[in-house]
This record gives sequence, structure tokens and C-alpha cells, in this order.
Amino acid sequence: MTSGTTPVHKSRGLPAMRGVEPAVLIAFGCILLLLVVGAMYSRNFLSATYLLQQLKVASFLGVIATGTMMVILLGQIDLSVPWVVTAGAMMACAAASFGPVGAVLAVPVGILCGALIGLVNGFATAYLRIPSMIVTLATNAVTQGLMVVYTGGFSPQDSATPAMRWLATGELIPRVPNGVVVWVVVAVAAVFLLNRTTFGRSIYAIGNRERAAYLSGINTRRIVMLTFVLAGGLSAFGGVLLAGYASKAAQSMGDAYLLPAIAAVVLGGTHVLGGRGSYLGTVAGVVLITLLQSILSVMQIEEAGRQLIFGAVIVVMLLLYGRQKAL
Amino acid sequence: MKDWRYWLAENKNTLVAIALFLFMFIIYASNHPAGFTANVVQTSANKATLLAFVAMAQAIVIITAGIDLSVGMILTLANCLASWIVVGTMGETLLGIAGVLLAGALCGALNGLIVIFGRLQPIVTTIATGAMFYGVALLLRPFPGGSVNETLADAMTGKLFGIFPASFAALIAVILVVWVPYSRSAIGRAAYAAGSAEQAAYMSGMPVRLAKFTAYVLSGLLSAIGGLYLTFFSYTGEAAYASGSTYTLFSIAAVVLGGVSLMGGRGSAIGAVFGALAFRTIGDLLFVFDFDPLWQPLFQGVVLLLAVSISAVGLLRVRNKLEWFP
Repeated sequence: MTSGTTPVHKSRGLPAMRGVEPAVLIAFGCILLLLVVGAMYSRNFLSATYLLQQLKVASFLGVIATGTMMVILLGQIDLSVPWVVTAGAMMACAAASFGPVGAVLAVPVGILCGALIGLVNGFATAYLRIPSMIVTLATNAVTQGLMVVYTGGFSPQDSATPAMRWLATGELIPRVPNGVVVWVVVAVAAVFLLNRTTFGRSIYAIGNRERAAYLSGINTRRIVMLTFVLAGGLSAFGGVLLAGYASKAAQSMGDAYLLPAIAAVVLGGTHVLGGRGSYLGTVAGVVLITLLQSILSVMQIEEAGRQLIFGAVIVVMLLLYGRQKAL
Repeated sequence: MKDWRYWLAENKNTLVAIALFLFMFIIYASNHPAGFTANVVQTSANKATLLAFVAMAQAIVIITAGIDLSVGMILTLANCLASWIVVGTMGETLLGIAGVLLAGALCGALNGLIVIFGRLQPIVTTIATGAMFYGVALLLRPFPGGSVNETLADAMTGKLFGIFPASFAALIAVILVVWVPYSRSAIGRAAYAAGSAEQAAYMSGMPVRLAKFTAYVLSGLLSAIGGLYLTFFSYTGEAAYASGSTYTLFSIAAVVLGGVSLMGGRGSAIGAVFGALAFRTIGDLLFVFDFDPLWQPLFQGVVLLLAVSISAVGLLRVRNKLEWFP
């Protein structure tokens, strides 16, 4: 495609950058466009406070989308995001009600619950060879059932620990919310994992052709399962952060994260059938979606209009560059 | 092999679904406090038909190796639309019904156009269009409300000749009018062919695109019929996100229980209908045995998880490990 005019091309040698530039460029272009439109609407749009606030909101989606991306890279999909997010938040808050020991363990407990659900997803997908789309829908339903039984159908009374609140809203670096720092840490770890480890390269290999990966000696089933565990843990961690942000867990708090997480990954140029995509694209997708949601709410468009525009934008952007090859 | 053996091999899964339903229903009816009466049948029929329509919609798309995660949202949209226009005199009501069905078919057509001509993945497409349909539903009914022609609603949910549930009659009529001609037509056969081997079907000159498009349109239409029925039961329209996504989820559960292959190309909408009836009966069993209703979502989720795990039995037949990877 286009040749070396943008910073993206400095890192041309990185394997993750191959063949993804157009999509990532379009995504970043759309972010600029949204900022310009927003700035015309209100001056505050370009202020550092507003942008940092947006990054903080984006960080929750960013953490969740990291897991979603790894699963999509495998050529699978994780539809259990909504209730894994909620379960992570609820279990962390539940642990918090067990005194000082619980308060220390709250965050790990939440992540562990998500990882356990991911383990079920991964085992069924990798070893039982059931389509991931169906399994994750089923585990989503089971998790919802468990949470309904646990809470009795109401929002739980337990609240988030100070540590969770600090993770989401505190400011370790002045003016930069910790949520953003957490996302940066997760992002660096994800980029390292995907590009510099055998595990990450195996994910790409499996996404391209699992048969070939298997014949090259990769234990593909173990890698698929571990990726789902990782994705479950990350979704739950996103839920923990959200609970820290809202200082409590709520029923169906995760419903609003399934479509945005998948959309962010796919808009960032990751191929829906797996095997291709860069984390930079996912970052662009997450920021793009957060900005879009923010602009729609700043313009005081009601929920109905937001859903409509949101769905339409995703379809149109996918039509622009997410198409499959003709038969 | 004799003819009936081919027939048996092709319809094995559907027959298993029918047997499963009969088994569940006998347990249900024999333990029901009121016993096996026309009223018990009517109540369970009304609840089950709704899901049966959505399950048929889902099955028709899954047979082409696609998936429609927007069925629940089309149902919600049809419900909200029906609560506006299925009112007034008989003529107006009929026009309203036609309008709702048309809206459903248009939603399906949008899905089909994007999936086939836009060449996008059905999962992502239908999640996104589902959000759009929900948005429209919310525009129509920001708050629950509206009404429906109650004479018609009561007739459609009552009993025929004092015995037979009218909703069942409607379900059978829809199967006879929509599914039977479709599955026997060239387009329906092409849909099966596209589901089992799209490339081969294309090379044999079958109308693959038309078949897939028809499948999505029918899916939208059947979901809209489900939405109409929801309006007949509830007398109101409500844009509820949770109920929409629950119907989508249950439709997949019903399809799996009904023996439709998730890889496409095998199974029938009739199997899915019985899968839906069986799934509803399983849910109702909890009430018969006096469980806390709080446990119902968990129980249904576990049933779904077990049902999809059954397909793993096929792994035992695999001789070559490479067959693990499609």
C-alpha cells in the first residue's frame, strides 16, 4: 500500500506490523476526524483534562479488548465477556467484605474467577472442539445464572476496596489516572507477549492455520486453552477496574462491553478469522470507540440514537476494510 | 439401502429432538399439580411457541453455516412496532400485521445483504445490526407501553374448539406455509448445500447467494412473527435489552437441542421447533418440582452447556488427529 510517510512505518520490521497498516491508519485517521468534529462542537474537547478523562474511560475497554483481541487472533471469539466482566467485579467486591484478608485478595480473586470461566471456555474449545462462539454463549449464561443465584437478583451491597478504587481512579503520576497506567502496563505486556514470545507467535500461527501449527510441533490445544484463560482473566480485571471506578458492582454492568470490545479489535484491523492484527490497531480501535461514544453523549443523542449510530458506524467501517475474499 | 433408511439417516437428529421433547413433556405433565389438562397444554404451548418461532429463524440461518445473533433484537423491534400498529379495526390490524412482518423481513434482508454482498462475518455483522435494531426499538418505545387488538390477541393465544391451543395451530401453519415449501424448493436445497460445502455448491452452479439471502430474510420474518406473538401475550411493547439477548441465546440452545449442526448443512427447522419446546419444558420442570425461580437461569445455562458438549462425542470417532482442525 502506501509507503513510508507515517510514523507507523518506522517499525516496519516488526512482524506484527506486516499487512495491517491501512486499517490502523484509517482508524487513527478516524480518531483525528472525531477530534476535529468534537472540537468544532465544543472547545473543551481538545483540553488535556477532557482527553485524559476519555483515556481513563477507554482504559477499562482497553484491558477487556486485549483479551478479546488474543482470542480473535486465534480465529475464535469470546462472547462470554458481559458476564465475566460482571462476575469479576462482583466476586472482587464479595471478597472485599471478608475483612482485611479479603481486601488484600479482592483483585486477585476477581481475576481468578474470570480465569476459571476462561478455563472452561478454553477446555471446551480446544479439547472438546466445540465452536467457541457457542461455548462462550453457554458459559455466559451459566455465569449469569451463578451471579443471579449469588446476588438474589439484586445488585450486591458489597462495595469496592480502597485498593480497587485507587487502581481505577487514583493518580500515581500527577493528573494521569491510574486506570491509564494500568492499561499501558497491560498493553506493554501484551505487545511483548504477542511479538517476542513463542506463546504469542504460536497464537498468530494457530490463527493462520491450526493444522499447520500442529504439524510444526506446536501444542495448539494447550495454547488455545491458555489464551482463553488469559482472556477471561483480562475481562474480569476490566470488571474489577470498573467496580473500582463505580465503587460497586451492578447487575449487567458488563452488557455494554461485548460489542465495543469486539468492534475495537476488528476496527483496529485485526482479521476476524484470526492470524493477522497488531496491538497498536486495537489501541486505535479502543480510543476510536470511546471517543465516538463520548461525542454521541456530548451531543445529547439519546440511548436509542447512540445504539443506532454505533451499530451503523461499525458496519460501515467494516465494509471499508474488513471484507473477506470473494468466493 | 431402502428409501426409508435414507430418510431415517437424514432425519435422525430431528427424531431424537422429538423424543427428547416427548420425554420431558411426559415428566412435566405427569408431575404438574393440575395434571394433564387442556389448560396446562395451552399455557405451556403459549410460552413455547414464541421460542419456537425464533428457533426456526435461527435454524434456517445456521443451516447455511451462518449465524444470526440479531434474532432477539428483531423480535424486540417487532414487539415495539406491533404495539403501535396492530390496533384498531380488523382491516387496520391486518395491515399492521403485514407491516410488522415486512419490517422483520427488511431487517433480515439487511443482515443478508451485509453478510453476502458486504462479505463480512455473520457473527460481527449481526451483533452490530442487532444494536441498530435495538436502537430502532428504543426509538419506537422509549418506555414500555402501547396496546394491541385484544380480540385478535385473545383468539391467537386461546384454544381452538376448547381443546387445541391456537398458538400451536399458528406454529403448525407457519411451518406448513414457510418451512415446508422452502426446504423442498431448489433454493432450500441450495441452502443446505451451501451449509455443507459452499465452494462445491457454487461450482455446481447452485444459487448459493440467493439461498443465503433467502435464509436471512426468512430468519427476520420468523423473528418478527415471534415478536407479534410476544405482543399478543403481553398486550404491550417494551424495548428490553435483556429479553432480546435472552431470546437470541435460547434460540441457539433450541437449535442445538433440535439436532441442527452448528457447522451447517444438517438438521431441520422442525427439529429446532421441538428443541425449543423441549428447552421450555426443561425450564418449566423447575416450577413443577418447586425450585426457587432464582435458580432457573443457572439451570438453563447448565442445560445449554451440556447440550453443546454432547457434540464432543463425535471426537471419539476421529481416527486421524488432523481431523480435530477443520
